[in-house]
Amino acid sequence: MAERKIRVVVAKPGLDGHDRGAKVIARALRDAGMEVIYTGLHQRPAQIVETALQEDADAIGLSILSGAHMTLTAEVLELLAAEDASEVAVVVGGVIPDEDHAALRAQGVREIFTPGTSTREAAALVAAAVARPDAYDGGDDGGAAKGPRARRGGSGGDS
Amino acid sequence: MREGAEAELVGAEAELAAAYERWRNAVADLAPAETDSGLPVEAVYGPTAADARGTLGAAADEYLERLGFPGEPPFTRGIYPSMYRGRPWTVRLYSGWGTAEDTNERFRYLLERGQTGLSVALDLPTQMGLDSDAEPARAEVGKVGVAVASLADMETIFEGIPLERISTSFTINATAPILLAMYQVVGERQGVDPAQLRGTVQNDILKEYLARKTYIYPPRPSMRLATDVIEYCARTLPKFNPISVCGYHVRQAGSDAVQEIAIAISNGLAYVQSVVDRGIGVDEFAPQISFNNSTMRDIFEEIAKHRAARRIWARLIEERFGSTDPRSCRLRLYSGGDGTSLTAAEPHNNIMRIALQALTVVLSGAQAVHTMSWDEALGLPSEESVLLALRTQQILAHESGVARTADPLGGSYYVEALTDELERRIDTLIAKIEENGGIVAGIEDGSLEQAIAESAYEQQRQIEAGERVIVGVNAFAEEGGEEPVETFQVGADVLERQLARLRTTRAERDEAAVAAALAGVEAAARGSENTMPAIVAAVRAYATTGEISDALGRVFGRHTGSTVI
Repeated sequence: MAERKIRVVVAKPGLDGHDRGAKVIARALRDAGMEVIYTGLHQRPAQIVETALQEDADAIGLSILSGAHMTLTAEVLELLAAEDASEVAVVVGGVIPDEDHAALRAQGVREIFTPGTSTREAAALVAAAVARPDAYDGGDDGGAAKGPRARRGGSGGDS
Repeated sequence: MREGAEAELVGAEAELAAAYERWRNAVADLAPAETDSGLPVEAVYGPTAADARGTLGAAADEYLERLGFPGEPPFTRGIYPSMYRGRPWTVRLYSGWGTAEDTNERFRYLLERGQTGLSVALDLPTQMGLDSDAEPARAEVGKVGVAVASLADMETIFEGIPLERISTSFTINATAPILLAMYQVVGERQGVDPAQLRGTVQNDILKEYLARKTYIYPPRPSMRLATDVIEYCARTLPKFNPISVCGYHVRQAGSDAVQEIAIAISNGLAYVQSVVDRGIGVDEFAPQISFNNSTMRDIFEEIAKHRAARRIWARLIEERFGSTDPRSCRLRLYSGGDGTSLTAAEPHNNIMRIALQALTVVLSGAQAVHTMSWDEALGLPSEESVLLALRTQQILAHESGVARTADPLGGSYYVEALTDELERRIDTLIAKIEENGGIVAGIEDGSLEQAIAESAYEQQRQIEAGERVIVGVNAFAEEGGEEPVETFQVGADVLERQLARLRTTRAERDEAAVAAALAGVEAAARGSENTMPAIVAAVRAYATTGEISDALGRVFGRHTGSTVI
């Protein structure tokens, strides 16, 4: 049986329109063999989660350069949890200050890409994040469910 | 044949002598300048009638046609005869964050320390026509710029800052008509006649569909609004720049230098055409058009790019619109380093990048210069890093001596060759955009956005392949990471403070007057008259940015972007 390709929704939440990074990453993930769904701009967290569920996505990549990452990421994670879909790996890229990394990981974010992360690295980290059953080993609560990954049919990614 | 050519050259030499005399007279009153060791410095170096051949190895007529003296078409060497000797560039740092009070404080801080112009960064809700209390706005209030939800915010931003003495640039596009109206009313309340107000609204909505994407309405009604602003300024705020055609954002989105300028100039021509189509003569408004183009890291290419852009703009405005006023043909430039050239890794390296880019901008003959702050790849700049950006320009202006003479690199074999080649390539791309049906067609069919995305992806590939070196990123990077850098944070209190300001405004205004004014905006949008007077009336009544945008949106509809990757 052919292994299912990793499905990733690349999304631009909020009002930020700087989409160069999102588009480069989307192409790079596609070139790395993943199925990529790019949402386009100005997406509400609810729209992003809805797209991810409809597309049966393994991961959501959020690209945020406007400084609104703490709020917007938390909303996406809460909505996923409400849909019992916390197994969807959420990764965040953009202008994310170091000080915020721990808090984001505590929310349940699995990887953080900052300017300078290579596209190869990003693709490998997305694949690894999808393969990992739980989000954050040092997390206190985070809201990331650690239950069985019911919707994924056992595919462990590309490794 | 040889004798004929010689005779022609004599004619061209005579013209050159006359041009030189004209320029000489224009700079006659300049104070003398000298180098640190006392060598005299002329305001420009170039051929005089006597040495036209010797200096250039080319005919005098070629010099006049391609370069000319500063202040004369085609303005390759600069748009004013004396350049910085006569008028220093405006030191204008892009800044603004939080509420109007926060930004007022930052502006005063910079002005007290020698900044000579203001450049306002607006937050995303303001740029997108949303009030601070709109649900999708809350996460973004005061983050990438200052929140301006109503006239009350604009009043606070400029409290204690006399508008008759300062020029202010607003990086604002979709809501440019509203922000311009607010600035005009703040000026009036300070007792400044709109005719005396100086400043700029970016108002380059076409490039928003290609890059950065702070559009609200579809391209065609947006063009109407942009044109309304230009027409209104020509009549009511004649010293104000109603548009700053912006290659900068196109470059940030990933294009190369050729695409950047070809798209910017194509956009500029589209605006000029749109105003001319209303029966307004090109020379009635074109002198107030300005440009905001990027300056990236390749020093000589960027200098050549700015020189080529001036030459192309001058030629096209004259050829296509029959301008007879040389002021219409001057490409006035606001430029600074490009944010995408800064790195989050080893961020102090950015201090060097910013200084080199500022030098490049000055050697290119810009009228206003922006320097970024070294920590902008990490977040909003701190007060200390902004001060360093300001000092960088002051060191350039007052210590380096680069401002003593116009176009100091003019005549360099390398720079002239690059200028000529960039001009050829930009001309070719402009022609290609036109063959495809023009710039709006290229926006609507996604072809230009696709071309920019291709270029961005190729640059990323080059970086990852090590073909394009970025120090501290793909070369000479520190093993094992580096010390974390503390960055400036917009406090959690900003949203609450802004919401309180907005509540007060809504509580104190006359709701009936607001409703009437908004109905006026909607009616103007439905009709064919200029929307600006109705927008000014709504602003006066303290209608909010979101309310006015919505009134326009009820007529114009909303634009949904593409998902081109």
